[in-house]
Amino acid sequence: MSRQVAIVGVGHSKYGVRNDVNIPELAWESIKQALDDAGIEQKDIDYFIVSCAGGWSSEFLPAVVIGEYAGLTPKGTVRVEAACASGSAAIKLAHDMIASGTADIVMAIGIEKMNESPTPTLIECIGRAGNYFWEFESFGLTFPGYYALHATAYMDKYGATEEDLARVAVKNHYYGARNPKAHFQREITLEKALSSRYIAWPLKLYDCCPLSDGSATVILASEEVAKKLTDTPVWIAGIGSASGTSNISRRESYTSLKAAVLAAEQAYKMAGVDRENPVKYIDVAEVHDCFTIAEIMAYEDLGFCKRGEGVKLIRENQTYIGGLIPVNVSGGLKAKGHPIGATGEGMVAELTKQLRQEVERERQAPIKNGVALAHNIGGTGHYGYVIILSLSKPK
Amino acid sequence: MSEKKKTQKEMADEAMKQFYEFVESMKKSLGVPMFPDMKTGVALWLDIRELTFKFMISVEKTRNFFNALADGKILATKCKKCGEIYFPPQVDCPKCKESDIEWIELPKKGKLLTYTVINAKPYSFSHYDDYIVGVAELENGVKVTAWVREKDPKNLRVGMDIELKVVKRKPEEYLTYELVPITQ
Repeated sequence: MSRQVAIVGVGHSKYGVRNDVNIPELAWESIKQALDDAGIEQKDIDYFIVSCAGGWSSEFLPAVVIGEYAGLTPKGTVRVEAACASGSAAIKLAHDMIASGTADIVMAIGIEKMNESPTPTLIECIGRAGNYFWEFESFGLTFPGYYALHATAYMDKYGATEEDLARVAVKNHYYGARNPKAHFQREITLEKALSSRYIAWPLKLYDCCPLSDGSATVILASEEVAKKLTDTPVWIAGIGSASGTSNISRRESYTSLKAAVLAAEQAYKMAGVDRENPVKYIDVAEVHDCFTIAEIMAYEDLGFCKRGEGVKLIRENQTYIGGLIPVNVSGGLKAKGHPIGATGEGMVAELTKQLRQEVERERQAPIKNGVALAHNIGGTGHYGYVIILSLSKPK
Repeated sequence: MSEKKKTQKEMADEAMKQFYEFVESMKKSLGVPMFPDMKTGVALWLDIRELTFKFMISVEKTRNFFNALADGKILATKCKKCGEIYFPPQVDCPKCKESDIEWIELPKKGKLLTYTVINAKPYSFSHYDDYIVGVAELENGVKVTAWVREKDPKNLRVGMDIELKVVKRKPEEYLTYELVPITQ
């Protein structure tokens, strides 16, 4: 019988161009907050997992560099990579260690320092996230390009427009402007989004998330430990993961990410959420809006609406607070930012605070059922993770 | 004579050159490569060391594919046992756990499934003009990612007929393949 797992502490650095700190200093910002939040010391941690995609930053072994700086040495550690879903992979591994009884307290530390390299190098490295030899070497696909392939197919199939996509950016900037941790803290107009230059047609600058630095830390514990540490444990009610083909040419669909659909099915089943009507259960969701089209596909892949109706949700403002289901009221990857390896922990840290009703008042979602969902995608549906959090202990 | 529009590579190289010159001047005055961030003024260190990757990738088992390009053919592999076709070609069939494959030529005709224009290009592609990448489904159901021979996405549509062709990529002068729209 596996054990229940709860989140007992979270930390979240300011996201943005963080040239004021190096890798371990940036990690420490969220580690310190998480330790204080949980009310524990480094010695209480059984194991720490560092999620970092890396490649563009100076430290090739970030786990031990961070471990030394943060006083976590000589605890066991590993660095995990699942592209932009690395953070959720770290949380899943931490969860599984505790559930299986091999550890009682595990710390998942997400870190990314994108801005140690110039932008053309970053475009180069991220474009290789897929199948390097068959899709990059000769054809130079970029990360925006991969999602633009989905945007073209979606717009053709369902009649969505560039204006529809821009509405996602407007919403996420609206909430980013209310989040002091966000990379971009200013609202934008539809006109401004639509007049920005093309990055990968039909996606424009304002359809794309920024290149962010940041860290986020989540401390997970067994039921026994969690009950001693806190009155408001946030339980992992469901967790699902799946993968997609490395070659985009070997996908079945360009209007959906199958890895997300499969991960959601697993997470819903584990949490006892009816996959036909998940919005009835979920109070607030963070979804992987690395590009505006990604958020619209996420609505559909998660079953928030029927196929082809994701665009209707954003047109009708149904994913603002007060609508059918508030999505990315942190600002999302689009405005809060996307420090690749930290994004998964960042989503879970945000949702933990949402469930505890500790976020800024203007962007606090109403908490009725005490259930939140994180949808974190690595690459372009190469990795899919869905995590469901609950204030009630899972049965 | 109007000045030729600079490529993204020329612009990136110029920006980096100016930046390196600036840090070099800082190093001369401070004795270390420490310089202020342009936007915030915080102190940054410019790495003394530089790392360049240029990988060597084995194509021993797929050399038939690359040899056939010279004959204008684009090959895939087919498992002799279950008949599964693999593109990109792979010599091991994970379904049968067998490595008894044959090389087959892909059909040339297909339909464009989706496409994009790469406007912001990776550094190693920054010497090209903006290029269109598409995915096409060939007549036998195999899907192929490649450049589309077209400059303006408005001339393309999802579902249009395309032909898969071997081409010589300039300026590198190597053989690859391209999706060519068939216009009636």
